[in-house]
Amino acid sequence: MVRSVVIAFALAVGFSGGAAAQHEAELDAANNNIANTASLQRGAKYFVNYCMGCHSAKYVRYNRLAADLQLTEQQLTENLMFTGEQPYDTMAIAMRPEDAERWFNVAPPDLSLIARSRGTDYIYTFLRSFYVAPNRPTGVDNMVLPGTSMPHVLWPLQGIQRAVYATDAEHGAGQVFERFELVRPGELGVEEFNDVVRDIVNFLDYISEPVKQQRQQLGIRVIGFLLVFLLISFMLKKEIWKDVK
Amino acid sequence: MASTEADVFDRLGRGLSALGAWIDDRFPMTKLIKEHATEYYASKNFNFWYGFGVIATVVLVIQLVTGIFLTMNYKPAAEDAFASVEYIMRDVEWGWLIRYLHSTGASAFFIVVYLHMFRGLLYGSYKKPRELVWIIGMFIYLSLMAEAFFGYLLPWGNMSYWGAQVIVSLFGSVPFVGNELAEWIRGDFYISDITLNRFFAFHVIAVPLMLILLVVVHIMALHEVGSNNPDGIEIKEHKGPGGKPIDGVAFHPYHTSKDLVIVIVFLIAFSAVVFFAPDMGGYFLEHANFEPADPLRTPEHIAPVWYFTPFYAILRAVPNELIGVALMGLAVILFFFLPWLDRCQVKSIRYRGWIYKVALAVFAITFIALGYLGLQRPSNLVARLSLLFTILYFAFFALMPFYTRIEKTKPVPTRVTW
Repeated sequence: MVRSVVIAFALAVGFSGGAAAQHEAELDAANNNIANTASLQRGAKYFVNYCMGCHSAKYVRYNRLAADLQLTEQQLTENLMFTGEQPYDTMAIAMRPEDAERWFNVAPPDLSLIARSRGTDYIYTFLRSFYVAPNRPTGVDNMVLPGTSMPHVLWPLQGIQRAVYATDAEHGAGQVFERFELVRPGELGVEEFNDVVRDIVNFLDYISEPVKQQRQQLGIRVIGFLLVFLLISFMLKKEIWKDVK
Repeated sequence: MASTEADVFDRLGRGLSALGAWIDDRFPMTKLIKEHATEYYASKNFNFWYGFGVIATVVLVIQLVTGIFLTMNYKPAAEDAFASVEYIMRDVEWGWLIRYLHSTGASAFFIVVYLHMFRGLLYGSYKKPRELVWIIGMFIYLSLMAEAFFGYLLPWGNMSYWGAQVIVSLFGSVPFVGNELAEWIRGDFYISDITLNRFFAFHVIAVPLMLILLVVVHIMALHEVGSNNPDGIEIKEHKGPGGKPIDGVAFHPYHTSKDLVIVIVFLIAFSAVVFFAPDMGGYFLEHANFEPADPLRTPEHIAPVWYFTPFYAILRAVPNELIGVALMGLAVILFFFLPWLDRCQVKSIRYRGWIYKVALAVFAITFIALGYLGLQRPSNLVARLSLLFTILYFAFFALMPFYTRIEKTKPVPTRVTW
């Protein structure tokens, strides 16, 4: 997919006031849709296969997930639960934070709320912005979060890319990041890979606030009721006030 | 003889009035209802700005009721607090709704109270004989700030943590006893489980008790002197044959029926936020607060929630921390003195001179500008603009005794505009 919409993150920060972070990197719009259940199901599959080795989603319950994603208990246990959990368990992981810190320098954060703390565009861009950096312990660095301890987990899908810089004549001799260039192709094409990332982002968006769709549907009914009530109360007020001269 | 339906109602009615009389002999029930509702006369020409008092009351009730239900599932411990909020959001039946009502209610409270206070500035509601109504109202505002500050720590997000850290450390700038004072407030050397526990106690018991008491006193004081109106005229000065103000209508049913409409309009706007934008783009629920408190890692940009940012901008505008803190405190305290700083005899802006109109407009812009600046990352431009608006802010109060004395007012009508 072409990077159709590019949002300057600084602008987003300016709008959101006390927002999370200011980053140099421009973020691509995730354009995910939590109403797309198929995408959420795929996202859940990618999440348990690629992310959950290190990242927990410890506030998310499997059975709630199954209900919201329209999965049967059998589908749930066969596709998303691999280590003997019960459906009422949360998506915790076995890796202890102390070990994680020893191995990665920093414990991989729980991802239950990552879409709310960082935003969907951030994750979407982050997962697609790993590039070769031989001096890093993992062999890669990330344009969105420079110096990240996270290895490029999705490289078999995306392939390996390098960062191409352009010399910026206007702002002195400094080099500016221009684009990524695929050094070694992965299993998926660019568009296909973007779709996979979008599904993951969509899933993370959903788990950050499982009630979001229900909340909006209820909102329409609540406001509808209030509008009717407004009309009635306005007529009552008119009636009572008609003798005030 | 079979009793008819009318008989039943008749007997029921007589029974109820007997019960009423029984209570009235022991408690001034009817007297209170008359004094505060059916025979409390308020001007009939209340406009848009007069709706925010009743809305504030409704928001207070929303906060109290949702707060009680949140307390049933929230755990005030550093280890559990963040997880218990997510538990409320995900596992408690309707927990998400209760939590969003409460978090949106906090911001709504300040929006409504700021507009309520602005009404006072527009129509001179703080002037004689309503000085005490205004001062008690200011105490409510102070309590509200304390309530919001204590409450903001409870979700134990990273912004909760560092926001509290920054604000408590401000007390450290007090000469001589500063550090001890900050330590005394925290109960620890840094914001910890102990701090969370005591903030919880203040948030759910101490301050709400004070708030409720102050609101009752605010309304009692108001009903003693009578409500102001957009014309700034005392309606009690023109009474009809029955001894009732001619321009007034009884609070119940007239103002109550009007307030019902107002409250529903408010609830529609409130619901729009609760159901469709509970974060309000990071203003009502800050993004960094979706990460648990981490004493070793600050959010990249610490700013208080929007309702404190005008004062935060004043703090940051001054390079010296002690002076900044003092000015920030003064910026709030000055409101208490409005009844005496304003020397103009005319209450309502409708009949005041251009000087006050300009001053008030500039002040309103200043307050909003400071609020905006307080949200921004520190920079040279932000610092300079903050200083400029800080000067304008204090000029509004400091010069008030002078410009309100020389302003040319228009003649005030004797009866309200209707």
